[in-house]
Amino acid sequence: MEFKRIVVTGMGALTPLGNTVDEYWSGLIHGVPGAAPITLFDASKFRTRFACEVKNFDPTQFLDKKEARKVDRFTQFALVASDQAVSDAGLTRENINPDRIGVVLGSGIGGLITFQNEVVDFAKGDGTPRFNPFFIPKMILDIAAGQISMRHNFRGPNYAVVSACASSTNAMIDAINLIRLGKADIIVTGGSEAVISEAGVGGFNAMKAMSERNDDPATASRPYDKDRDGFVMGEGAGVLIFEELEHAKKRGAKIYCEVIGGGATADAHHITAPHPDGLGAKNVMTEALKDAGIQPADVDYINTHGTSTPLGDIAETKAIIEVFGDHAYELNISSTKSMTGHCLGAAGVIEAIACIKSVVHNMVPPTINHFTDDPELDPRLNFTFNKAQERPVNIALSNTFGFGGHNACVIVKKYS
Amino acid sequence: MSDIASRVKKIIVDKLGVDEAEVTNEASFTNDLGADSLDTVELIMEFEKEFNISIPDEQAETITTVGQAVSYLEEHAK
Repeated sequence: MEFKRIVVTGMGALTPLGNTVDEYWSGLIHGVPGAAPITLFDASKFRTRFACEVKNFDPTQFLDKKEARKVDRFTQFALVASDQAVSDAGLTRENINPDRIGVVLGSGIGGLITFQNEVVDFAKGDGTPRFNPFFIPKMILDIAAGQISMRHNFRGPNYAVVSACASSTNAMIDAINLIRLGKADIIVTGGSEAVISEAGVGGFNAMKAMSERNDDPATASRPYDKDRDGFVMGEGAGVLIFEELEHAKKRGAKIYCEVIGGGATADAHHITAPHPDGLGAKNVMTEALKDAGIQPADVDYINTHGTSTPLGDIAETKAIIEVFGDHAYELNISSTKSMTGHCLGAAGVIEAIACIKSVVHNMVPPTINHFTDDPELDPRLNFTFNKAQERPVNIALSNTFGFGGHNACVIVKKYS
Repeated sequence: MSDIASRVKKIIVDKLGVDEAEVTNEASFTNDLGADSLDTVELIMEFEKEFNISIPDEQAETITTVGQAVSYLEEHAK
């Protein structure tokens, strides 16, 4: 059976670098750091007091006041990013068959802020339950996919995917497979995350997973630097329109690139620590290459998971060298988390957008904040430190890994 | 308009996102003001909070219009 081919025909993004795909990409290639002191809550007693927030976001600019109030911040992000993507792809109620369009969206945690606020409110009372009737439908992680379907009347497959920080990559892989198998013509896919809150920051702080460089937030996310001290929390959403190639051609859609495959594996090792040799990471890249039907030497750019944690960055680098051999020194590697921070469940799609733009513009965004080489990393690798690099980019690969040992990877290719 | 009536109407305008002019005594939450079943539950909760009372479920079910809410609260508000 010949699988159907998939292309990207629309993009939308809300990121710590800007609230459109173009602003985001401009931030990336100019090496703009997205981190700053936390404004979303009073973090003065927290070990980490900075994050990569989405800036100047007023949901009532996009949603009516009543609608905005009934959805969590992560759903507000998803709705705004999907509006952008749907409009970018030129989808209207008149030119599509709604039964053939699905929504598959990832999030790592879902409505944590709603959950936190409702439970805190309950705890302040005398034990009488006075939960808001919108508490559960605001909080549940699948609601973003549901809300998008209602807003645009998309009646195809509709669900959420959860694999912590790999969530939106796993969502994209499901989208690929649904279209390949002919279950839908279009899948609106990607993910959203918004957990910069007492519970989110406090929880990750307790794991000692986050950078505590409070005196210099802008340089705190420094993947592959010797003095990296953990990830910087980000938030945001990315939404892509994955469309079956013939369907896209027939309606004369603009095509950004082809999505040629993906892979998913598990470390089966530890709840939070990566496998020390990057075993799951190695397997997932191998799987993705096989799924895409390409050789390691075909890859020009890898957007790494590269969260700026001491162990994670090393394990992934080892895996790259094992999978790509000598070609590992020919391709470009970068961690755009150095600029966006770690957008958790939305990281996969936000970084896939960086890969797509890279393929479109033949430009590799940098890994900023590099000051000191880490002797544990192979100096022959090109980490695209500090400045974007122009080069032909035909194929780009995006890695994401999540707590629980989930690994997921997608590959995009210049469309021809 | 009594103080209670104006507080009730303010809550309805805020929660249902409707114009003040639409919030007449005869207006039904679901038929006229666009509320769904969850909105209605939320309205009752907001009345309870605003007037510091507890409205039993069987009473709450009989409050379906603006006027019914106002008269219930005028009778029961502390």
